[in-house]
Amino acid sequence: MIDTVIEIVMGMLLLAMLLAGFRLLRGPAVEDRVLALDTFYINTIALLMLLGMWLRSDIYFEAVLVIAMLGFVGTLALSRYVMRRDIIE
Amino acid sequence: MNIDAALEYLVAALLLLGGFFALVGSFGLFKLDSFEKRLHGPTKASTLGVGGLLIASMLFHLFWTDAFSLRELLITLFLFITAPVSALMMMRAHLAGRADRPQPPQD
Repeated sequence: MIDTVIEIVMGMLLLAMLLAGFRLLRGPAVEDRVLALDTFYINTIALLMLLGMWLRSDIYFEAVLVIAMLGFVGTLALSRYVMRRDIIE
Repeated sequence: MNIDAALEYLVAALLLLGGFFALVGSFGLFKLDSFEKRLHGPTKASTLGVGGLLIASMLFHLFWTDAFSLRELLITLFLFITAPVSALMMMRAHLAGRADRPQPPQD
């Protein structure tokens, strides 16, 4: 039963990533695209955790940690660039 | 109902709840019509959804594989700390680019 539930939730997350990708392509402003990328990496974290559960493996934790940290730093850098046109003053 | 079936239903319920919230957050990002409204969806719902999924993953690895660790709690804590900060920065970026942005009060 649990494998079926994992596959259903994977489908829901793929749909969520599709919706975020649509917003990423459509815009209209730059900060909408930054927000779509932020949503995208958070959904990627959830999808990787589900893949680790599906494969009964624990090697995806490290990948998830790296994605979480780099996604956060990337969102901050992109927001700061949109705000000031300059990341490090 | 034995304890294994109860745990399976608990993990399945947490998984479905997490997936539902992540989907609702992304649907809000897709559907709502201004950036101020769109910021509400992913930053709150996705964090709750991913939190539910990570707790479900921790219970799953605790009961079905022998790879239990507290690293999921670390990821959950990291997301709970960083999501408001990135939402604040995105809203500040939005306000900085707006032509009619609110000015500080003049004397």
